[in-house]
Amino acid sequence: MGKIGIIGVGQTPFVRGYPGSIRELAFDGFKDAMGDAQISAKDIDASIICSAPEYDKQRSPAGVFAEYLGLTPQPTFYLESLCSSSSMGVRTAYALVKSGLHDVVVVIGFQKMSEISSAESQERMGRGADIQWESPFGTMMPAYYAMYARGHMEKYGTTPDDLALIRVKAATYGQINEKAVYRKPVNFEMFSDPDNAMSGPVASPLRVGDCCANADGSSCVIVASEEKAKSFSKKPVWILGLGSASTAVNMAGRDLFSGLTVAQQAGEQAYKMAGISAKDVDVAEVHDCFTIAELMAYENLGFAKPGEGKELIKGKETYKEGSIPVNVDGGLLSKGHPIGATGGSQIRTIVLQLRGEAGDMQVKDPEIGLVHNIGGVGLYGNVTVLGR
Amino acid sequence: MGKKIREVDDRFKKFGTVSFTSITKINDFVDYLEKGQVVGTKCKDCGLSFFPARADCYQCLSSNMEWFEVSGTGKLITYSKLEYAPVGFGDDLPYAIALLDYGDYKVFGRLAPDLSEDEISVGMEMTTVVNQLPNGQMNYVFQKA
Ligand SMILES: [Zn+2]
Repeated sequence: MGKIGIIGVGQTPFVRGYPGSIRELAFDGFKDAMGDAQISAKDIDASIICSAPEYDKQRSPAGVFAEYLGLTPQPTFYLESLCSSSSMGVRTAYALVKSGLHDVVVVIGFQKMSEISSAESQERMGRGADIQWESPFGTMMPAYYAMYARGHMEKYGTTPDDLALIRVKAATYGQINEKAVYRKPVNFEMFSDPDNAMSGPVASPLRVGDCCANADGSSCVIVASEEKAKSFSKKPVWILGLGSASTAVNMAGRDLFSGLTVAQQAGEQAYKMAGISAKDVDVAEVHDCFTIAELMAYENLGFAKPGEGKELIKGKETYKEGSIPVNVDGGLLSKGHPIGATGGSQIRTIVLQLRGEAGDMQVKDPEIGLVHNIGGVGLYGNVTVLGR
Repeated sequence: MGKKIREVDDRFKKFGTVSFTSITKINDFVDYLEKGQVVGTKCKDCGLSFFPARADCYQCLSSNMEWFEVSGTGKLITYSKLEYAPVGFGDDLPYAIALLDYGDYKVFGRLAPDLSEDEISVGMEMTTVVNQLPNGQMNYVFQKA
Protein backbone atom coordinates (compact mmCIF):
# COMPACT_ATOMS: atom_id res chain seq x y z
CA MET A 1 0.00 0.00 0.00
CA GLY A 2 1.10 3.53 -0.67
CA LYS A 3 2.13 6.53 1.33
CA ILE A 4 -0.27 8.73 3.27
CA GLY A 5 -0.15 12.47 2.68
CA ILE A 6 -1.40 15.73 4.09
CA ILE A 7 -3.05 17.81 1.35
CA GLY A 8 -4.41 20.73 3.35
CA VAL A 9 -3.83 22.50 6.65
CA GLY A 10 -5.58 25.40 8.33
CA GLN A 11 -6.20 27.16 11.58
CA THR A 12 -7.96 30.17 13.00
CA PRO A 13 -6.01 32.88 14.72
CA PHE A 14 -5.68 31.82 18.38
CA VAL A 15 -7.54 34.45 20.39
CA ARG A 16 -8.96 35.26 23.79
CA GLY A 17 -12.73 35.27 23.57
CA TYR A 18 -13.68 34.00 20.10
CA PRO A 19 -16.86 35.91 19.17
CA GLY A 20 -18.90 32.93 18.01
CA SER A 21 -20.14 29.44 18.80
CA ILE A 22 -18.02 26.28 18.60
CA ARG A 23 -19.52 25.22 15.24
CA GLU A 24 -18.57 28.63 13.85
CA LEU A 25 -15.09 28.29 15.34
CA ALA A 26 -14.71 24.90 13.63
CA PHE A 27 -15.94 26.40 10.34
CA ASP A 28 -13.18 29.03 10.31
CA GLY A 29 -10.36 26.48 10.68
CA PHE A 30 -12.00 24.08 8.21
CA LYS A 31 -12.46 26.83 5.59
CA ASP A 32 -8.77 27.76 5.91
CA ALA A 33 -7.70 24.15 5.23
CA MET A 34 -10.21 23.67 2.40
CA GLY A 35 -8.84 26.80 0.73
CA ASP A 36 -5.36 25.37 1.13
CA ALA A 37 -6.30 21.95 -0.29
CA GLN A 38 -8.57 23.31 -3.05
CA ILE A 39 -11.04 20.46 -2.67
CA SER A 40 -14.77 20.35 -1.93
CA ALA A 41 -16.70 18.69 0.90
CA LYS A 42 -17.83 15.85 -1.40
CA ASP A 43 -14.16 14.82 -1.75
CA ILE A 44 -14.01 14.09 1.99
CA ASP A 45 -14.94 10.57 3.08
CA ALA A 46 -15.04 11.03 6.87
CA SER A 47 -14.40 13.58 9.61
CA ILE A 48 -12.78 13.24 13.04
CA ILE A 49 -13.59 15.96 15.56
CA CYS A 50 -11.10 16.44 18.40
CA SER A 51 -11.13 18.42 21.65
CA ALA A 52 -10.82 18.02 25.39
CA PRO A 53 -14.37 17.54 26.74
CA GLU A 54 -16.24 19.52 29.41
CA TYR A 55 -15.51 23.02 28.11
CA ASP A 56 -18.72 23.10 26.08
CA LYS A 57 -22.42 22.69 26.72
CA GLN A 58 -22.68 20.74 23.45
CA ARG A 59 -22.44 17.00 23.89
CA SER A 60 -21.10 15.00 20.92
CA PRO A 61 -19.97 17.92 18.75
CA ALA A 62 -19.03 15.68 15.78
CA GLY A 63 -22.54 15.40 14.36
CA VAL A 64 -23.20 19.10 14.85
CA PHE A 65 -20.00 20.11 13.07
CA ALA A 66 -20.45 17.60 10.22
CA GLU A 67 -23.83 19.13 9.41
CA TYR A 68 -22.55 22.71 9.73
CA LEU A 69 -19.53 22.02 7.49
CA GLY A 70 -21.48 20.12 4.83
CA LEU A 71 -19.82 16.80 5.70
CA THR A 72 -23.02 14.75 6.07
CA PRO A 73 -23.92 11.99 5.35
CA GLN A 74 -20.29 10.83 5.62
CA PRO A 75 -19.26 9.20 8.92
CA THR A 76 -18.03 11.44 11.71
CA PHE A 77 -16.91 10.83 15.27
CA TYR A 78 -15.39 12.54 18.29
CA LEU A 79 -11.93 11.69 19.61
CA GLU A 80 -10.09 12.94 22.67
CA SER A 81 -6.73 12.51 24.35
CA LEU A 82 -6.67 15.87 26.18
CA CYS A 83 -4.10 18.28 24.69
CA SER A 84 -2.92 15.70 22.14
CA SER A 85 -6.41 15.06 20.74
CA SER A 86 -5.82 16.33 17.21
CA SER A 87 -2.47 14.50 16.81
CA MET A 88 -4.31 11.36 17.86
CA GLY A 89 -6.94 12.35 15.28
CA VAL A 90 -4.30 12.48 12.53
CA ARG A 91 -2.92 9.11 13.68
CA THR A 92 -6.44 7.67 13.43
CA ALA A 93 -7.00 9.29 10.03
CA TYR A 94 -3.75 7.69 8.84
CA ALA A 95 -5.06 4.27 9.90
CA LEU A 96 -8.44 4.80 8.23
CA VAL A 97 -6.79 5.77 4.95
CA LYS A 98 -3.99 3.20 5.12
CA SER A 99 -6.57 0.46 5.67
CA GLY A 100 -8.31 1.43 2.45
CA LEU A 101 -11.56 2.17 4.25
CA HIS A 102 -11.41 5.86 3.22
CA ASP A 103 -9.37 7.94 0.77
CA VAL A 104 -9.65 11.39 2.35
CA VAL A 105 -10.25 12.10 6.05
CA VAL A 106 -10.45 15.55 7.66
CA VAL A 107 -9.28 16.07 11.25
CA ILE A 108 -10.69 19.12 13.03
CA GLY A 109 -9.41 20.15 16.46
CA PHE A 110 -11.06 22.89 18.46
CA GLN A 111 -11.35 24.43 21.91
CA LYS A 112 -13.31 27.37 23.19
CA MET A 113 -11.78 27.89 26.63
CA SER A 114 -13.14 31.39 27.18
CA GLU A 115 -16.64 30.20 28.09
CA ILE A 116 -15.38 29.52 31.62
CA SER A 117 -13.12 31.39 34.05
CA SER A 118 -9.39 30.73 34.31
CA ALA A 119 -9.84 29.06 37.74
CA GLU A 120 -12.62 26.85 36.35
CA SER A 121 -10.39 26.02 33.41
CA GLN A 122 -7.58 25.02 35.79
CA GLU A 123 -10.03 22.80 37.62
CA ARG A 124 -11.14 21.14 34.34
CA MET A 125 -7.54 20.57 33.30
CA GLY A 126 -6.64 19.34 36.77
CA ARG A 127 -9.33 16.71 36.36
CA GLY A 128 -7.37 15.40 33.37
CA ALA A 129 -5.19 13.88 36.10
CA ASP A 130 -6.30 11.27 38.69
CA ILE A 131 -9.58 12.62 40.08
CA GLN A 132 -9.92 9.94 42.73
CA TRP A 133 -6.51 10.31 44.34
CA GLU A 134 -4.80 13.53 43.25
CA SER A 135 -7.39 16.17 42.33
CA PRO A 136 -8.74 16.17 45.94
CA PHE A 137 -5.39 17.71 46.97
CA GLY A 138 -6.03 20.72 44.71
CA THR A 139 -3.82 19.91 41.74
CA MET A 140 -3.45 21.89 38.55
CA MET A 141 -1.38 21.58 35.40
CA PRO A 142 1.28 24.20 36.26
CA ALA A 143 1.93 22.49 39.62
CA TYR A 144 2.35 19.07 38.04
CA TYR A 145 4.79 20.40 35.44
CA ALA A 146 6.48 22.35 38.26
CA MET A 147 7.12 19.02 39.99
CA TYR A 148 8.91 17.87 36.83
CA ALA A 149 10.79 21.19 36.68
CA ARG A 150 12.04 20.68 40.24
CA GLY A 151 12.91 17.08 39.43
CA HIS A 152 14.96 18.25 36.43
CA MET A 153 16.65 21.03 38.42
CA GLU A 154 17.60 18.69 41.26
CA LYS A 155 18.99 16.03 38.93
CA TYR A 156 20.75 18.20 36.36
CA GLY A 157 21.24 21.65 37.87
CA THR A 158 18.86 23.31 35.43
CA THR A 159 17.85 26.80 36.60
CA PRO A 160 14.79 29.06 36.33
CA ASP A 161 16.97 31.31 34.14
CA ASP A 162 17.44 28.46 31.64
CA LEU A 163 13.67 28.12 31.45
CA ALA A 164 13.22 31.87 30.97
CA LEU A 165 15.38 31.66 27.82
CA ILE A 166 12.82 29.31 26.30
CA ARG A 167 10.05 31.85 26.89
CA VAL A 168 12.18 34.59 25.32
CA LYS A 169 12.60 32.44 22.20
CA ALA A 170 8.86 31.70 22.02
CA ALA A 171 8.04 35.41 22.19
CA THR A 172 10.59 36.15 19.46
CA TYR A 173 8.46 34.15 17.03
CA GLY A 174 5.06 34.87 18.57
CA GLN A 175 5.61 38.48 17.55
CA ILE A 176 5.87 37.56 13.87
CA ASN A 177 3.09 34.93 13.82
CA GLU A 178 -0.17 36.60 12.91
CA LYS A 179 -2.08 33.59 14.29
CA ALA A 180 -0.54 33.93 17.78
CA VAL A 181 -2.54 35.11 20.80
CA TYR A 182 0.52 36.60 22.53
CA ARG A 183 2.29 38.99 20.14
CA LYS A 184 4.34 40.97 22.66
CA PRO A 185 8.11 40.66 23.14
CA VAL A 186 9.47 39.04 26.31
CA ASN A 187 13.03 39.72 27.45
CA PHE A 188 15.16 37.90 29.97
CA GLU A 189 15.27 40.83 32.43
CA MET A 190 11.48 40.67 32.95
CA PHE A 191 11.93 37.44 34.92
CA SER A 192 14.10 39.15 37.55
CA ASP A 193 11.91 42.28 37.79
CA PRO A 194 9.49 41.79 40.71
CA ASP A 195 7.19 44.42 39.19
CA ASN A 196 6.89 42.53 35.92
CA ALA A 197 4.03 40.04 35.54
CA MET A 198 6.38 37.47 33.95
CA SER A 199 8.23 37.01 37.27
CA GLY A 200 5.11 36.34 39.35
CA PRO A 201 5.02 32.96 41.11
CA VAL A 202 2.43 30.41 39.92
CA ALA A 203 3.59 27.04 41.23
CA SER A 204 7.20 26.92 42.36
CA PRO A 205 9.60 26.82 40.59
CA LEU A 206 7.43 27.93 37.63
CA ARG A 207 6.52 31.58 37.12
CA VAL A 208 3.88 33.33 35.01
CA GLY A 209 6.33 33.58 32.12
CA ASP A 210 6.85 29.81 32.15
CA CYS A 211 3.19 29.12 31.37
CA CYS A 212 1.39 29.05 28.03
CA ALA A 213 -1.55 31.24 27.15
CA ASN A 214 -5.10 29.86 27.15
CA ALA A 215 -6.83 30.61 23.88
CA ASP A 216 -9.79 29.80 21.67
CA GLY A 217 -9.09 28.32 18.28
CA SER A 218 -9.55 25.56 15.78
CA SER A 219 -7.22 23.69 13.43
CA CYS A 220 -7.75 21.40 10.48
CA VAL A 221 -5.58 18.77 8.78
CA ILE A 222 -6.71 16.92 5.63
CA VAL A 223 -5.20 13.44 5.24
CA ALA A 224 -5.30 11.54 1.92
CA SER A 225 -4.10 8.37 0.20
CA GLU A 226 -1.05 8.62 -2.05
CA GLU A 227 -3.18 8.51 -5.20
CA LYS A 228 -5.59 11.21 -4.01
CA ALA A 229 -2.77 13.31 -2.56
CA LYS A 230 -0.94 13.31 -5.90
CA SER A 231 -4.08 14.15 -7.86
CA PHE A 232 -5.29 16.93 -5.50
CA SER A 233 -2.03 18.50 -4.38
CA LYS A 234 1.09 19.90 -6.03
CA LYS A 235 3.04 19.74 -2.76
CA PRO A 236 1.72 16.95 -0.58
CA VAL A 237 3.58 16.42 2.69
CA TRP A 238 3.98 12.76 3.65
CA ILE A 239 3.40 11.19 7.04
CA LEU A 240 6.65 9.23 7.47
CA GLY A 241 6.40 8.16 11.09
CA LEU A 242 3.89 7.92 13.91
CA GLY A 243 4.48 7.15 17.57
CA SER A 244 2.10 7.07 20.49
CA ALA A 245 2.33 6.02 24.15
CA SER A 246 0.61 6.27 27.52
CA THR A 247 1.61 5.92 31.16
CA ALA A 248 0.20 5.93 34.72
CA VAL A 249 -2.25 8.79 35.22
CA ASN A 250 -1.09 9.34 38.80
CA MET A 251 2.38 10.58 39.66
CA ALA A 252 2.72 7.78 42.22
CA GLY A 253 2.66 5.28 39.35
CA ARG A 254 5.67 6.79 37.58
CA ASP A 255 9.43 6.43 37.91
CA LEU A 256 10.85 9.35 35.89
CA PHE A 257 10.50 12.95 37.12
CA SER A 258 12.97 14.72 34.83
CA GLY A 259 11.38 13.76 31.53
CA LEU A 260 8.28 12.22 29.96
CA THR A 261 8.41 8.51 29.16
CA VAL A 262 5.55 8.87 26.67
CA ALA A 263 7.63 11.32 24.63
CA GLN A 264 10.68 9.04 24.66
CA GLN A 265 8.60 6.06 23.57
CA ALA A 266 6.51 7.88 20.96
CA GLY A 267 9.67 9.47 19.57
CA GLU A 268 11.47 6.14 19.24
CA GLN A 269 8.47 4.59 17.48
CA ALA A 270 8.13 7.49 15.05
CA TYR A 271 11.87 7.56 14.23
CA LYS A 272 11.87 3.80 13.63
CA MET A 273 8.82 3.92 11.36
CA ALA A 274 10.32 6.83 9.39
CA GLY A 275 13.75 5.17 9.28
CA ILE A 276 15.44 8.28 10.67
CA SER A 277 17.13 9.45 13.86
CA ALA A 278 16.94 12.68 15.82
CA LYS A 279 19.79 14.26 13.87
CA ASP A 280 17.78 13.99 10.64
CA VAL A 281 15.07 16.35 11.91
CA ASP A 282 15.34 19.79 10.30
CA VAL A 283 12.53 21.58 12.15
CA ALA A 284 10.34 20.62 15.11
CA GLU A 285 7.21 21.65 16.95
CA VAL A 286 7.19 20.50 20.56
CA HIS A 287 4.51 20.70 23.23
CA ASP A 288 5.71 23.69 25.28
CA CYS A 289 2.66 24.08 27.52
CA PHE A 290 5.31 25.15 30.04
CA THR A 291 8.95 26.09 29.44
CA ILE A 292 10.13 22.96 31.25
CA ALA A 293 8.07 20.86 28.83
CA GLU A 294 10.09 22.18 25.87
CA LEU A 295 13.37 21.57 27.70
CA MET A 296 12.35 17.98 28.48
CA ALA A 297 11.24 17.51 24.86
CA TYR A 298 14.76 18.40 23.61
CA GLU A 299 16.08 15.52 25.70
CA ASN A 300 13.23 13.03 25.29
CA LEU A 301 13.37 13.35 21.49
CA GLY A 302 17.16 13.00 21.38
CA PHE A 303 17.99 16.56 20.26
CA ALA A 304 20.12 16.73 23.41
CA LYS A 305 21.39 14.16 25.92
CA PRO A 306 19.49 13.95 29.24
CA GLY A 307 20.41 17.01 31.31
CA GLU A 308 21.93 18.87 28.37
CA GLY A 309 18.76 20.46 26.98
CA LYS A 310 19.69 23.75 28.60
CA GLU A 311 22.82 23.96 26.44
CA LEU A 312 20.65 23.95 23.30
CA ILE A 313 18.68 27.00 24.38
CA LYS A 314 21.73 28.79 25.85
CA GLY A 315 23.50 28.33 22.51
CA LYS A 316 20.38 29.44 20.59
CA GLU A 317 20.51 26.13 18.70
CA THR A 318 16.70 25.92 18.74
CA TYR A 319 16.27 29.34 17.13
CA LYS A 320 15.43 29.55 13.42
CA GLU A 321 19.08 29.78 12.41
CA GLY A 322 20.24 27.09 14.85
CA SER A 323 21.05 23.41 14.34
CA ILE A 324 17.56 22.23 15.34
CA PRO A 325 14.89 24.98 15.14
CA VAL A 326 12.05 24.33 17.62
CA ASN A 327 8.71 26.14 17.90
CA VAL A 328 9.63 28.93 15.53
CA ASP A 329 5.92 29.81 15.33
CA GLY A 330 5.85 30.94 18.99
CA GLY A 331 4.86 27.55 20.38
CA LEU A 332 2.09 27.05 22.88
CA LEU A 333 3.78 29.68 25.06
CA SER A 334 3.12 32.57 22.66
CA LYS A 335 0.96 31.19 19.84
CA GLY A 336 -1.45 29.88 22.50
CA HIS A 337 -2.86 26.53 23.56
CA PRO A 338 -6.50 25.86 22.62
CA ILE A 339 -6.20 22.28 23.82
CA GLY A 340 -7.98 20.25 21.15
CA ALA A 341 -6.70 22.49 18.33
CA THR A 342 -3.04 22.44 19.36
CA GLY A 343 -1.78 19.26 17.65
CA GLY A 344 -3.36 20.22 14.33
CA SER A 345 -1.84 23.68 14.57
CA GLN A 346 1.61 22.18 15.25
CA ILE A 347 1.20 19.90 12.20
CA ARG A 348 0.10 22.90 10.11
CA THR A 349 3.28 24.77 11.08
CA ILE A 350 5.50 21.85 10.02
CA VAL A 351 3.58 21.31 6.77
CA LEU A 352 4.04 25.00 5.87
CA GLN A 353 7.74 24.75 6.77
CA LEU A 354 8.23 21.70 4.54
CA ARG A 355 6.39 23.43 1.67
CA GLY A 356 8.58 26.52 2.13
CA GLU A 357 5.52 28.65 2.91
CA ALA A 358 6.23 29.71 6.51
CA GLY A 359 7.01 33.35 5.61
CA ASP A 360 9.16 35.19 8.15
CA MET A 361 9.28 32.02 10.28
CA GLN A 362 10.69 29.89 7.43
CA VAL A 363 13.61 27.65 8.32
CA LYS A 364 16.15 27.16 5.52
CA ASP A 365 15.08 24.32 3.20
CA PRO A 366 13.85 21.68 5.70
CA GLU A 367 13.19 18.15 4.41
CA ILE A 368 12.05 16.40 7.58
CA GLY A 369 9.91 17.89 10.34
CA LEU A 370 8.65 16.55 13.66
CA VAL A 371 5.63 17.23 15.86
CA HIS A 372 5.65 16.32 19.58
CA ASN A 373 2.20 16.69 21.18
CA ILE A 374 1.52 15.70 24.80
CA GLY A 375 -1.84 15.08 26.49
CA GLY A 376 -2.27 15.80 30.19
CA VAL A 377 0.86 15.73 32.34
CA GLY A 378 2.75 13.33 30.11
CA LEU A 379 -0.23 10.97 30.20
CA TYR A 380 -0.46 10.66 26.42
CA GLY A 381 2.38 11.30 23.97
CA ASN A 382 2.14 11.54 20.19
CA VAL A 383 5.06 12.12 17.83
CA THR A 384 4.52 12.61 14.10
CA VAL A 385 7.36 12.74 11.55
CA LEU A 386 6.58 14.50 8.27
CA GLY A 387 8.59 14.79 5.06
CA ARG A 388 8.43 16.29 1.58
CA MET B 1 -45.73 4.70 53.22
CA GLY B 2 -43.10 6.77 51.44
CA LYS B 3 -40.40 5.73 49.08
CA LYS B 4 -37.77 3.23 50.07
CA ILE B 5 -34.43 5.01 50.34
CA ARG B 6 -31.61 3.01 48.81
CA GLU B 7 -28.56 2.92 51.08
CA VAL B 8 -25.62 4.47 49.28
CA ASP B 9 -22.10 3.91 50.55
CA ASP B 10 -20.54 7.24 49.63
CA ARG B 11 -17.90 7.43 52.33
CA PHE B 12 -15.18 8.40 49.85
CA LYS B 13 -16.68 11.88 49.44
CA LYS B 14 -14.85 12.78 52.69
CA PHE B 15 -11.43 12.42 51.04
CA GLY B 16 -9.70 15.68 50.17
CA THR B 17 -10.67 19.34 50.26
CA VAL B 18 -13.04 18.60 47.40
CA SER B 19 -13.74 14.97 46.50
CA PHE B 20 -14.65 14.13 42.93
CA THR B 21 -15.46 10.50 43.76
CA SER B 22 -18.04 9.31 46.28
CA ILE B 23 -18.70 5.68 45.45
CA THR B 24 -15.79 3.28 45.10
CA LYS B 25 -15.07 -0.29 46.17
CA ILE B 26 -12.24 0.92 48.39
CA ASN B 27 -14.42 3.14 50.61
CA ASP B 28 -12.83 1.51 53.68
CA PHE B 29 -9.84 3.76 52.93
CA VAL B 30 -11.81 6.56 54.60
CA ASP B 31 -12.52 4.45 57.71
CA TYR B 32 -8.79 3.86 58.06
CA LEU B 33 -8.18 7.61 57.69
CA GLU B 34 -10.62 8.19 60.53
CA LYS B 35 -8.56 5.76 62.64
CA GLY B 36 -5.42 7.75 61.78
CA GLN B 37 -4.07 5.28 59.22
CA VAL B 38 -3.12 5.81 55.57
CA VAL B 39 -3.46 2.52 53.73
CA GLY B 40 -2.81 0.93 50.37
CA THR B 41 -3.83 -2.47 49.04
CA LYS B 42 -1.85 -5.65 48.35
CA CYS B 43 -2.96 -8.42 46.00
CA LYS B 44 -3.37 -11.64 47.98
CA ASP B 45 -2.88 -13.74 44.85
CA CYS B 46 0.27 -12.29 43.29
CA GLY B 47 1.61 -10.10 46.09
CA LEU B 48 1.75 -6.79 44.18
CA SER B 49 1.37 -3.71 46.41
CA PHE B 50 -0.62 -0.68 45.33
CA PHE B 51 -0.68 2.90 46.46
CA PRO B 52 -3.04 4.53 45.90
CA ALA B 53 -5.33 1.67 46.93
CA ARG B 54 -7.08 -0.36 44.23
CA ALA B 55 -9.90 -2.88 44.34
CA ASP B 56 -8.44 -4.83 41.44
CA CYS B 57 -4.98 -6.12 40.46
CA TYR B 58 -3.82 -5.45 36.89
CA GLN B 59 -1.06 -8.04 37.11
CA CYS B 60 -3.22 -11.10 37.75
CA LEU B 61 -6.75 -9.61 37.42
CA SER B 62 -7.62 -10.75 40.94
CA SER B 63 -9.90 -8.69 43.18
CA ASN B 64 -8.70 -10.49 46.27
CA MET B 65 -6.99 -7.63 48.09
CA GLU B 66 -5.83 -6.84 51.60
CA TRP B 67 -5.00 -3.50 53.23
CA PHE B 68 -1.52 -2.50 54.36
CA GLU B 69 -0.53 0.60 56.29
CA VAL B 70 1.83 3.20 54.82
CA SER B 71 4.46 3.24 57.56
CA GLY B 72 8.04 4.32 58.10
CA THR B 73 9.55 7.10 56.02
CA GLY B 74 9.66 7.98 52.35
CA LYS B 75 12.10 10.18 50.43
CA LEU B 76 10.80 13.47 49.04
CA ILE B 77 11.10 13.14 45.23
CA THR B 78 9.72 16.54 44.22
CA TYR B 79 7.16 19.17 45.21
CA SER B 80 5.55 22.43 44.10
CA LYS B 81 4.08 25.26 46.15
CA LEU B 82 0.92 26.68 44.58
CA GLU B 83 0.13 30.40 44.56
CA TYR B 84 -3.14 29.86 42.68
CA ALA B 85 -5.69 27.13 43.23
CA PRO B 86 -8.43 25.51 41.21
CA VAL B 87 -12.08 26.30 42.06
CA GLY B 88 -12.93 25.02 45.55
CA PHE B 89 -9.34 25.03 46.91
CA GLY B 90 -8.70 28.77 47.31
CA ASP B 91 -9.10 28.72 51.11
CA ASP B 92 -6.21 26.25 51.41
CA LEU B 93 -3.65 28.56 49.72
CA PRO B 94 -0.73 28.54 49.83
CA TYR B 95 -0.13 24.80 49.85
CA ALA B 96 2.39 22.43 48.31
CA ILE B 97 1.77 19.14 46.52
CA ALA B 98 4.50 16.54 46.75
CA LEU B 99 5.57 12.97 46.09
CA LEU B 100 7.30 10.53 48.46
CA ASP B 101 9.18 7.39 47.46
CA TYR B 102 8.71 4.46 49.86
CA GLY B 103 10.64 2.01 47.68
CA ASP B 104 7.86 -0.46 46.86
CA TYR B 105 5.41 2.32 46.13
CA LYS B 106 5.08 6.11 46.02
CA VAL B 107 2.62 8.42 47.79
CA PHE B 108 1.24 11.63 46.29
CA GLY B 109 -0.09 14.22 48.74
CA ARG B 110 0.56 17.60 50.34
CA LEU B 111 3.41 18.88 52.48
CA ALA B 112 2.32 19.69 56.04
CA PRO B 113 1.15 23.33 56.04
CA ASP B 114 3.39 24.33 58.96
CA LEU B 115 6.62 23.40 57.14
CA SER B 116 8.58 26.46 56.09
CA GLU B 117 10.27 26.59 52.69
CA ASP B 118 13.80 26.39 54.12
CA GLU B 119 12.96 23.17 55.99
CA ILE B 120 12.14 21.42 52.74
CA SER B 121 14.71 19.73 50.53
CA VAL B 122 14.41 17.06 47.88
CA GLY B 123 15.71 13.74 49.20
CA MET B 124 14.69 14.38 52.83
CA GLU B 125 12.94 11.61 54.76
CA MET B 126 9.28 12.27 55.55
CA THR B 127 6.30 10.50 57.09
CA THR B 128 2.71 10.39 55.86
CA VAL B 129 0.13 11.45 58.46
CA VAL B 130 -3.64 11.87 58.44
CA ASN B 131 -4.80 15.49 58.41
CA GLN B 132 -8.18 17.02 59.34
CA LEU B 133 -9.12 19.88 57.02
CA PRO B 134 -10.95 22.98 58.31
CA ASN B 135 -14.01 22.17 56.19
CA GLY B 136 -14.49 18.80 57.95
CA GLN B 137 -12.88 16.81 55.14
CA MET B 138 -9.78 14.63 55.55
CA ASN B 139 -6.57 14.07 53.63
CA TYR B 140 -2.99 13.20 54.48
CA VAL B 141 0.17 15.32 54.59
CA PHE B 142 3.92 14.78 54.73
CA GLN B 143 5.90 15.77 57.82
CA LYS B 144 9.61 15.84 58.55
CA ALA B 145 10.68 12.42 59.82
ZN1 LIG C 1 -2.42 -9.77 41.54
